Amino acid sequence: MLLVPCPNCGPRNASDFAYGGESHVRPNPNQATPEEWRSYLYMEDNPAGWLKETWYCRSGCRRFFTVERNTATNEFREHPIPGTKLGGKA
Amino acid sequence: MSLLPGKKSSKPPRYSAAGLIVKGARKQNWPRVWRDVPLKKSYDVVIIGGGVHGLATAYYLAANHGITNVAVLDKAYLGSGGSGRNTAIVRSNYLTPEGVAFYDRSLSLYNTMAADLNLNVMFSERGHMTLAHTDSALRTMNWRAEVNKLQDIDSSVIDPSEVKKLAPSLDTSSNARYPILGALYHPPGGTIRHDAVVWGYARGADHLGVEMHQKTEVLDILVEGGEGSATDAHDGKGAGGKVTGVRTNKGDISAPIVVNCTAGWATLISDMAGVKLPISTRPLQAAVTEPVKVFLPTVVVSGSLHVYVSQTDRGELVFGASVDPFNTYSVRGSLEFTEELAGHVLELMPGISKMRLLRQWAGLCDMTPDYSPVMGFTPVDGFLCDVGWGTYGFKAGPVSGEQMAECVATQMTPKLIEPFRLSRFSTGALVGEKGAAAVGH
Repeated sequence: MLLVPCPNCGPRNASDFAYGGESHVRPNPNQATPEEWRSYLYMEDNPAGWLKETWYCRSGCRRFFTVERNTATNEFREHPIPGTKLGGKA
Repeated sequence: MSLLPGKKSSKPPRYSAAGLIVKGARKQNWPRVWRDVPLKKSYDVVIIGGGVHGLATAYYLAANHGITNVAVLDKAYLGSGGSGRNTAIVRSNYLTPEGVAFYDRSLSLYNTMAADLNLNVMFSERGHMTLAHTDSALRTMNWRAEVNKLQDIDSSVIDPSEVKKLAPSLDTSSNARYPILGALYHPPGGTIRHDAVVWGYARGADHLGVEMHQKTEVLDILVEGGEGSATDAHDGKGAGGKVTGVRTNKGDISAPIVVNCTAGWATLISDMAGVKLPISTRPLQAAVTEPVKVFLPTVVVSGSLHVYVSQTDRGELVFGASVDPFNTYSVRGSLEFTEELAGHVLELMPGISKMRLLRQWAGLCDMTPDYSPVMGFTPVDGFLCDVGWGTYGFKAGPVSGEQMAECVATQMTPKLIEPFRLSRFSTGALVGEKGAAAVGH
């Protein structure tokens, strides 16, 4: 079972969360070209290593949060934003 | 075995009972099925990935187009990825007209494969049943049946009493937690021995002169003249570039055409050429039980319960599920999968509650946003893709190989794979197959 470290609720089973996928910077809709916009919509980095991703704490605090997880080992690490404590280790 | 003197037959020799007796009496060993030759410095075509897709592409390049200076590279052994991990189900009852035409061609190639490759691939045309537990699922079944019928595919919606006749072990009563309201029945669907398909293509390709290189890992793809990749703007990769070869752990190879036929690692290989793909990698877990007497004559799939079941010729029940809920390259099994799977299977077949699971495993699936693959040319000249096969790659193996071979040989995108081009994500012409492909099979 994967333990996802929610910043508010601490480590909880992955089944308590909804997976939001890779975190990408949203382009400005007024300035982005159609190509940039579709690239934002569809293209993925999909690395075998550290990935910045979004989770939604569905059955806990109901907040969206961003963490980094290693997609090869499923290990989480502290998010670079100061003060964002992850709770436990997965 | 040559049929005409001096002319090599296009098929590899046939295995026969007489051969078995002669070899047994003389105590001879069987010869190697494909050659183990040193890596050359240059090839006309390099195919990355020695699974069904890569080997089929190599075989059809040689058989249909006479291009035999081809190397198939695999970082492990042939068929070590998705080709040996899938649940070996084939069918063509898809949802979009593009998908139906494509998979139907694949099914017809599977039908004649044993004769074409002179190897028994144990194709069992046992029928394929997709159960509906809700009104909306039944609506999608009717939709699929109508799309299928228009393209002359044997596919129809049947009611619970007919489901019971086809598979008596299913609980079709109205007391079930998720009662069976009907099913989409597809008689031409069935199962096939996936390892034999891999070996058959490898043997056929080898016979025609193609080289298979196992334990040969691609470390980099050599590209010149491109506008730069995402990580380095001056590395010459990316759009506008031209492939010159690949770098492997056994040295550099020069080749004007490189085909990416990998699953799981498809984005990592494409990144080496500077091509971004709309793919996220997720594992799909499957499991197999101890063998019992034959009681399940068809393949049974339930989209709502996220499970599909078939019985092998040895009598084991093979279960598959949907992909895991988050991206990962890890293929470790999880207890929650086993629990959920067992619960859902017993929901369908309460009679098998005493059966024991033998083992479970996982394979990597490359999921695209529209549940259709990415095939054909990329912005890098000479770099072709046959990737993004999600949970439906095995059943498409033969037709993908045939079409990719045509694509390489003619340098034109064949009509059958035109809808699956990479540029559809720029033009917005997606091929939505989620309704027919979301739960694998």
